[in-house]
Amino acid sequence: MSGGPRIVSARWEIDDAWKLSRYLETGGYAGLRSALDMTPHEVHEEVRSATLLGRGGAGFPAGVKWGFCPPDVWPRYLVVNGDESEPGTYKDRILMERDPHQLIEGALICAYATGIAQVFLYVRGEMALAQERVASALNEAYEAGYIGRRILGTDFSVDVVMHWGAGAYIVGEETALIESLEGDRGMPRLKPPFFPAAKGLYMKPTIVNNVETLSNLPWILEHGSEAYTTIGSESSPGTRLFAISGHVERPGVHEVPQGVTTFRDLIYGDEYCGGIRKGHELKMFIPGGGSAPWFFPEHLDLPLEGKVVGGAGSMLGSGAIVVMDETTDAVSACWRLMRFFSRESCGECTPCREGTNWLETILRRILDGQGRPDDIDLLLDIGDNISPGPYPGPGWGAENPEPVPFPPQQTTICPLGPSAVAPLTSAIRRFRDEFEAKIAQGAAVSV
Amino acid sequence: MSEAPADIEITDPVTITLDGRQVVVQRGALLIDACERNGVYIPRFCYHPRMRPVGMCRMCLVEVDTGRGASLQPSCMLQCSSDMVVDTQSDKTRKAQEGVLEFLLLNHPLDCPVCDRGGECPLQDQTVGYGPGETRFVDEKRHYEKPIAISRTVLLDRERCILCDRCTRFAKEVAGDPLIDFQDRGSRTQVNTFPNQPFASYFSGNTVQICPVGALTAEPYRFKARPWDLEIVESSCTTCSVGCRVTIQSSRNQVLRCLGVDSDPVNWGWLCDKGRYGVEALNAEGRLGVPLGRGRSVKTDDETALEEVSWAGALRTAADAITSALDRRGPEGVAVIGGARLTNEAQYAWVKLLKGVIGTDNLDAQLGDGIPAEIVLGLPLATIDDACRPGSTTVVVSGDPKEELPILYLRLRHAAVQDGVNLIEIGPKAGGLTPYATVAMHPLPGELADLVRAVVGGGAGGAVAGVDPASIERARSLLADTDGEMTLVVGRRSLSEDTGFTADAVSVLVSAYDKVRILPALRRANVLGALTMGMAPGVLPGRVALAAAPDAYSTRWPALPAGRGLDTTGILTAAAEGRIDTLILLGADPLTDFPDRDLAERALAGARNVIAVDQFVNDSVRLAEVVLPAAGFAECAGTTTNIEGRILKLEQSTTPPGTARPDWMIAAELAAELGSDLGLDSVEQIWKEIAELSPSHVDLTWEMLSDPQNRDGLVARGDPLPGSVRFEAPEPTAHRALDSYSLRLVATRKLYDEGTMVGRCRSCAGLAEETALAMNPHDFERLGVEDGGRVTVSSKRGSTVIEARGEAGVPRNSVALVVNAPNFDVGTLIDANDAVNEVRVEALQSVAGETGSEGGS
Repeated sequence: MSGGPRIVSARWEIDDAWKLSRYLETGGYAGLRSALDMTPHEVHEEVRSATLLGRGGAGFPAGVKWGFCPPDVWPRYLVVNGDESEPGTYKDRILMERDPHQLIEGALICAYATGIAQVFLYVRGEMALAQERVASALNEAYEAGYIGRRILGTDFSVDVVMHWGAGAYIVGEETALIESLEGDRGMPRLKPPFFPAAKGLYMKPTIVNNVETLSNLPWILEHGSEAYTTIGSESSPGTRLFAISGHVERPGVHEVPQGVTTFRDLIYGDEYCGGIRKGHELKMFIPGGGSAPWFFPEHLDLPLEGKVVGGAGSMLGSGAIVVMDETTDAVSACWRLMRFFSRESCGECTPCREGTNWLETILRRILDGQGRPDDIDLLLDIGDNISPGPYPGPGWGAENPEPVPFPPQQTTICPLGPSAVAPLTSAIRRFRDEFEAKIAQGAAVSV
Repeated sequence: MSEAPADIEITDPVTITLDGRQVVVQRGALLIDACERNGVYIPRFCYHPRMRPVGMCRMCLVEVDTGRGASLQPSCMLQCSSDMVVDTQSDKTRKAQEGVLEFLLLNHPLDCPVCDRGGECPLQDQTVGYGPGETRFVDEKRHYEKPIAISRTVLLDRERCILCDRCTRFAKEVAGDPLIDFQDRGSRTQVNTFPNQPFASYFSGNTVQICPVGALTAEPYRFKARPWDLEIVESSCTTCSVGCRVTIQSSRNQVLRCLGVDSDPVNWGWLCDKGRYGVEALNAEGRLGVPLGRGRSVKTDDETALEEVSWAGALRTAADAITSALDRRGPEGVAVIGGARLTNEAQYAWVKLLKGVIGTDNLDAQLGDGIPAEIVLGLPLATIDDACRPGSTTVVVSGDPKEELPILYLRLRHAAVQDGVNLIEIGPKAGGLTPYATVAMHPLPGELADLVRAVVGGGAGGAVAGVDPASIERARSLLADTDGEMTLVVGRRSLSEDTGFTADAVSVLVSAYDKVRILPALRRANVLGALTMGMAPGVLPGRVALAAAPDAYSTRWPALPAGRGLDTTGILTAAAEGRIDTLILLGADPLTDFPDRDLAERALAGARNVIAVDQFVNDSVRLAEVVLPAAGFAECAGTTTNIEGRILKLEQSTTPPGTARPDWMIAAELAAELGSDLGLDSVEQIWKEIAELSPSHVDLTWEMLSDPQNRDGLVARGDPLPGSVRFEAPEPTAHRALDSYSLRLVATRKLYDEGTMVGRCRSCAGLAEETALAMNPHDFERLGVEDGGRVTVSSKRGSTVIEARGEAGVPRNSVALVVNAPNFDVGTLIDANDAVNEVRVEALQSVAGETGSEGGS
């Protein structure tokens, strides 16, 4: 862990920080206490001026999002999106496992600011330890009067309920999460009309915030938005958690100031990952979760800031960086990602349901030595039918370094389909020769 | 079937650009519908105009510019707004359509040559119209076991399924039976039932009809025909009296299937399974094609088997029986029950024969299981749309519409769930509508009118008829908000309860609210037609009261009855006492249908002669001297009248078996045999006479009825006219106070029972469930009864041993049985002359260790 400012990961080295006693000893619930000394409106304004950007992937300012709820419709709900399942992402899991009270405190602050009396905490199905720790923290907080009726002697009352997911990537999408929470199959709703802020859980206004986003609130309320905006860059204040995995010396989650640090700092810096594993060199990396188009060595000096990365044709997304060295086979990596998306497609929209499966089938066939010369163009055209390009054909590659269209066009209900296409097309753009070689090699073997 | 959107009136116009031309459309209308109304069809699979759009198949993507640049958007989800620019022919649109079709075909088996949907398959059609021409898919297709049965009649081939969510959406959203759903995910997503829970919905056949591929097939039609070999006529279903529009599809003079037609005022394209598969009875074993007789005109030997006779002989026998009755007792010696099955024209012909030639008024189309004709004929009628008008309040005082009039149930359910209609359900016990009713009240048998008085008048605030005061208060405030305008759905609540209570309740409501309209919840096919044509005592065609018959009747008809005759209970009582010489069963089986089995048996034994006109030999027909075979549904043309008084055309599709004839023809020939000429020689001409004579039908010409523009039918005048039968407040029906030993009996219907037609319909036969004695679990302890335990239930008429079952929706101090169930005939407990039938229930000594309570609620 680095020596930079620690906002959300401050207690990670303390083994029992998930217990209320230790949390209180280390300054816990101070943010809630300062929030309760303010009016809800003041708390909302404080968060708004902190420009706290959503950490779930889209990077939308939380303070603005809270303001979208229609003013006079009650009840309204807060749903905490703890269904972290983007490939490569594991920061929220650690936040929930190591510091669950910080998340609960953040949720309470949000509820107070927005007049919410019911919070649902949705934890991904596979995260057993996180579920256990959050549940135990909730029980302790209830008992100590931090949750429930008349919190800390004020008029503020709120209930928090934890819900376990059943293990579906798509439920990380907020409307699918709401469907799942209502007891239905997790399938995304159409936007419009079902924007959660207007028609969310049980058709009531609903704020859906990511775990990391809410975990920032106690610090902001304790130290003020002004202190917060001094960290990071002007457009992306504060810190962010990045989960680095793959071929680095020390994979892990690191909290870094936004917009200041670069990919190179993070991957090669001694205080972070310590470089590519010994004797190998960087081939490519995924900058923001499995849905992001790939980056290559020339992108290393880009700062970790959403807008800059977006401008370069990819995204910081959920803060998951997957590093791949020269031993990685581009086709295999594509297939592995595609298999994930194909299996996790909810089955709702035809192009995503059928298209991702077809893409996976073709990639598998190429890997099995049964590739056909037309397959690369076919992959691109299937991609185009899921998420319209344009994806130029042959001749589009290193010598014609136009990035893949980003963000991808979406003609499906949710972005899962386009998310599956984006990394594939960026890989083909860069490594077309590898794809061609695989196909030729297969043809030679099968003759 | 056509799934075109209904025409709408543009009240809020906006101009959009559609493929380069300016068109005016309704603001907020779905783009896919607006385009279709303007002649541009956008291909689609999941979109269905009667269900909420889900945007799943993505086939309807078109390039739309709403001011932020052109992009592909699903037209089934997009609402029209001003200055929208839509291009359904652009390269991008076409590529998207080709792409989606290619995706859908990846895993779709190419078994069109053996698929029942081949030739009428939207996937096939749209592939030809919008598809890519050839596939680039060279890999292995998805495989599933095929087909699997998801219910008794519906088979599912998951390989063919394109996951459009139509069937699953229908089950959940329209039918309210969410028994099928998506399972698994990604490309392994499949539709299926839940373990051990078949898709047992009364409406399951609709999913087959709306399936855009051959994934869902109906067992009765599988491999029976190719669509291009079918002869198709449009008609109306006559299984119950809702009057759903259907197409009858036949091949080689055999009806093979019925499909629903989207009739906006009536059935919205839906059918219940009983109606959809009911045509199977037409070809069933035992269908009568020749007259049957015993060679003797007087019943002297019950053992004599019915044997085939000639029409001439059969008609002679029937005429002789009538003549001898006339000779012995005059017109009152002849009585007819039944006739609701007939067409309007046949009903008129029979009424003319009976009332105008023979001169008897002993005629009743309801078999003692309906409601007084005066309620239907003497009060203004409502339409289904009236009952479902958004934001209105509708009172339901009837049996369970889900069991008796399934499509009316669907409409009322939709109205309550989606259009904010307040339903006040006053049923005999909790039923299909109860979950959707704003207020559901289930008064004790005999105390309906007391409850309605409490609702209307305001009372002491205590419980009335076993209904809690909060519900009464809620109903009162809902009714107070209606400005007196409301629809009253009224039918027979329970067969073991006198209809006087219903009449009483209706009169209380009618006098309290000035704009009450009646929607009769009577179940027999053309019972409204029968009552309107005069098939009830004291009534002449056109809702005319016999007592106030205008001159037209006496001038056009040879005779008129001298006075008011008997209803079915009266007829059967008179027959039992030997006062009816000739009893004609016009498609009636009183032994099964009349609530009081004992009286029906005594009546059939007491009548000197029984003449039956029917399609099958049922229990009652078996006792007849002569049986005249009648043409059935789809075998004769004419019109029928639904519960709204809507006149709907019936078309002939096939010929009747053997020499079976339309009922009107039998009446005419019988008249001729009696030496009289009815002057009726075609359906069209009969209608002409009806329209000339009947004040209710005066403006409805045959040409108008035959006009394709009027395929939804024309509503006959539903308001009482001068001279009409009048509904007058009856004397309140008396009932004894409840004593602490007796329980009041509730006898209600289920959709599938042991009726003649259900039993003859292969797909429905066997679906009738055994009845248990349903009782409120709160009564268990007092009676020492256990849930699932066996009890003796006895009335003054009879007794049986049956299983008791807890059902919270049964009012306390009452017990409920299902009518016409396979294991028990509740008619053996009922005395039709008792206002309320009481029973006693005693637990049988239970065997030690056997509690049988695992199925308890």
